[in-house]
Parts: sequence; C-alpha cells; structure tokens
Amino acid sequence: MRKVPRLSRFNIASLALGLAFLYLPILILVIYSFNASRLVTVWGGWSLRWYHEFFNDRAMIEAAWMSLRVAVSSATIATLLGTLAAIALSRGERFRGRTLFSGMLYAPLVMPEVITGLSLLLLFVALNAERGFWTVTIAHTTLTMCFVAVVVQSRLGSLDRSLEEAAMDLGCDPVRAFVSVTLPLIAPAIVAGWMLAFTLSLDDLVIASFTTGPGAATLPIRIYSEVRLGVKPEINAICTLVIALIAVVIVIASLASKLSSSQGESAAPL
Amino acid sequence: MSARRIFARPARFAAIAPYVWMALFFLVPFAFVLKISLSQTAIAQPPYEPVFDLTAGWEALRGALAALSIDNFRLLVSDDIYVFAYVRSLTVALTATALLLLIGYPIAYGMARLPKRWQAVAMVLVIVPFWTSFLIRIYAWINILQHDGLLNQVLLALHLVREPVVWLSTDTAMYIGIVYSYLPFMILPLYATLAKMEPALEEAASDLGAPPWQVFWLVTFPLSLPGVGAGVLLCFIPIVGEFVIPDLLAGSNSLMIGQTLWLEFFTNKDWPVASAAAIVLLVVLLVPLLLYERLQKRQLEQGR
Repeated sequence: MRKVPRLSRFNIASLALGLAFLYLPILILVIYSFNASRLVTVWGGWSLRWYHEFFNDRAMIEAAWMSLRVAVSSATIATLLGTLAAIALSRGERFRGRTLFSGMLYAPLVMPEVITGLSLLLLFVALNAERGFWTVTIAHTTLTMCFVAVVVQSRLGSLDRSLEEAAMDLGCDPVRAFVSVTLPLIAPAIVAGWMLAFTLSLDDLVIASFTTGPGAATLPIRIYSEVRLGVKPEINAICTLVIALIAVVIVIASLASKLSSSQGESAAPL
Repeated sequence: MSARRIFARPARFAAIAPYVWMALFFLVPFAFVLKISLSQTAIAQPPYEPVFDLTAGWEALRGALAALSIDNFRLLVSDDIYVFAYVRSLTVALTATALLLLIGYPIAYGMARLPKRWQAVAMVLVIVPFWTSFLIRIYAWINILQHDGLLNQVLLALHLVREPVVWLSTDTAMYIGIVYSYLPFMILPLYATLAKMEPALEEAASDLGAPPWQVFWLVTFPLSLPGVGAGVLLCFIPIVGEFVIPDLLAGSNSLMIGQTLWLEFFTNKDWPVASAAAIVLLVVLLVPLLLYERLQKRQLEQGR
C-alpha cells in the first residue's frame, strides 16, 4: 500500500497557480522600480534614478526613520510582554482572571484595525498625552505582543515538559529551571516573534494614522498619501527597499527557526 | 506537590505585566469609545462634550448621566449611508471569504499532498508574502490594474479586448486585493488540518469503491472542517472592518463601514459618530469574535 498520498495533476496546478498569484505582483513591482522611464508602464531600461530620488526626499527619509525607530522599540517591548504572557498561559495552570487574560490577548489578532486605532486614540486624548513617537509605539506594542505571545506559546506547548521537571528534580528552583532549560529552547521562537512584531509595526497604516500626531508621519502614512494620488516610480523604489529589509529579517527568522528545529520539533513560523 | 505545580506559581507572576498592559491599552480604551459614542458632537478640541467628570462630585455625575444621548446611534440607524455601509461590509466580507475558501482550499490541499520536506518549503513560500507590507501588496496591484497597466497591456496584446478595461475603482479590483492579501490566512489553518489527516482514511474510502469526488466530500472535507472554521473566521472578521483595500482599489460610491468610520473621524471630525460606528461594528462582530476566541484557545491549549 502506498503510504504517501498521490499528488494529482490538479494538486500541482493549483499549487503553481497559487504561488504565481502570490509572487508575480511583488516581482513586477520590484522590476519596475528599476525602470528609467517616468511612465510607470513603459520600460525605459534599467536605472537607479528612483532610488536616488528617494534618498533626496527629506520628508520620506524622516518618515522611514520614524518607522524604524517605532518598529524596533515596539517590537522589543512587545517581545518582552508577549513572552511573559505566553509563559503565564502555557505554564501557569489555572489562575484568577485567566479567561479574561487570554481573551484580551487573542482578540487584537483579528480585531479590525480601525477599532483598535480609534479606541487607543480616544484613550490618549483623554490622558492628554502628546501624540507622536511614544503613542504610536504603545499602540504597536499592544497589537504585536499578541502575535509574539501566540508564536512563543505554540513553541512552549510543543516542548517536552519533563525537561523542566528533571531540572527541578535535580535541585533547580523554578526560576533557575526556566532560565537554564526552557529559555534556551524557546529562544528561536522569541527571535521569530520579535521579527514578526518588527515587520507588523513597519507595515501598519491604520493604527499609526489614528495614534500619531501632526508632523510625526510614519513611512506607511507617507506612502499612503502618495499612493492616493496615483502610481509614482519613487514609491516602487521605496517599496522595494522595504521588501529587501523584510527579506533580510525573514532570512534571520528562518535561520532562528531552523536552529530550533534541529533541537526538536519545528517552531511554527506564524 | 508535583514539579509541574511548583513551576506554575512563578509562571503566574509572569502574567502581571502583560495583564496590566492589555487592561490599560486594550480594555480601558473601549470604555472611552463607549463613553464618547454617547456624548454630543461639539466644535471644540477634542470635538465632543465631556460626559463624565468624576472630580465634580455626585450631583454633577447625575447631571452628566441625564445628558447622555443615544442620538449618535439613532443617526446610525436612521441614516441610509450607515445602514448601507454595514450591509455592504457584511456582503463584501462574505463574498470575499467564500472566494478565499474556494481559492485557498485547492492550494492547501496540494501542499498537504507534497512530500514532507517540500511541505516545509511550500509553507515558507505561503508565509513570506504575509510578512511583506499590506500597503505594498495593494500598491503592487494598482501598478498592474491601472489604465495602462500590465494587465491591460497583456489583454490588448493577446487581442482579448479592443480597448483598455477599467479595473481600478471597481469591486473586481477590491476583491482581487482582498483575496491577495488574506490568502495566507486562509491557506495556513486549512493546511494545518489537512496535513494532520490520516491518508489511510482516504485510501480506505477509495478501496471501498468511492469515486474521487465522493472521497473528497464524504471523508476529506468533513475532516477538514476545523481548519475551514479557523480560516473563515480569520479572514471574515478583519475584512468586515477593512479600510485600506476598499479605499485604494474600490470605487468611492459605496463605502464599507471601516471607510465611513475613517471619514467621520478624519474628514468630518465627528468623533462621537465614529465611536458609535465602532461600537456597532463591534456588536456585529461579537459572535464571530467569540467563536474565534474559543477556537484559538482550544488549539493553543490542548497542544497540537
């Protein structure tokens, strides 16, 4: 009897079409960012002209810098909080308020961004907080720590708990057992969580639009206001740079998860 | 006391910091949305009449309670624009989710049938676009769909059309954008359940004489229902509140609720009406949100 289910022609065709659908648009965008012609649709030969244009665009550069700062700080705080939340949920057994806690953690994953953005803005206004870097960072932390928690929790769930228990039987106190046994094992998931939080923050338009103040636009906000006016080759160049940055991040994250899979079961990259 | 229980105690303390954070920045803000949705619009900064001022004492609080108004909600129900926006949001989300299931299922099925080591590669390939920016992916489609874009060029070159077709600012463009953006969210949960399925079950059915379509409908599909449920919820809920995709790809003559909320907030500066719209949206999504929470919890806490 065959153990491997047969791969029909239909299976192969749907896979190939699906992947082409996912990748072609991005590929086309990248290629046209090197187009010398001002018309986005006419090919005028290879050129770096639009990259040059971007690096001379003060407002764009400032927005990109703001986005990077927000992404690094919010991803770092979110990784810390998300990891703690994952530990509490997967190792804390029952505790008071657990249902509310997990509810609050999972809801932002699917909550429409307009609602999250609006509600946070109203809070910031009520607190009289000055809107800008910190408010966007707090908003992104709130959103992304949930993703970190899910990634780390699924890794913790697949770990063999007898490792921790063995460490404690050998005389470690729980904190020591966690730091010297559990933490190294979930480290790749934590790295992957940070990367995911970073890219989500770099990507976000809606929540940032609500929670930022005047003069503190992030890169997606700038791109959005340009895109509304139509296609511009400079935007293709910026998008390509963002894609390149994210590609680097993905490579690091997948190396991290490869490291984790060599130590045991593979960590879910999502 | 077992090691497991001793370990649990410090683990619980880990909940404190994220708990406080989420309460402060996720739960409390909803109280503000509710509060402001009940207040009157004012031309001021911030543009609403304050509803509660706890420092002013009990009498003032009673006065404030009397001044609460449900006018904003009344407006939402009586004004066609909002009713249409809700109906349209739900229709778009339903249609798009059905399309996603139709397109995502064969891809997930194909992935689950690949040899094991190729499955991992295929999964990475599906996830990678999820990591690239939402906005960039929509922009990529504007490039392709615009009047003299690549799609029209190809269609013209193949003599399939005589003159360029208008793609942008149509519902077709919007559905393409939504399907494109949400496809990984549909594929991954489907793939997760399909890959776990015992191939012997399908083989047994076909050994017993069932034709392939019957094997699929009577064995494969029913067994993949948990994945279908997760994928459908994961797509449906955010699509209902979607703003960027309809704003950039669909026409402006019929708006989705995310867009009206955005307009009320940023253009009309009517914060109370925007808040009321958010509350109604939340109420509409309450059932799917609760379903999703239960699914998510079961999946993460029972282990896989």
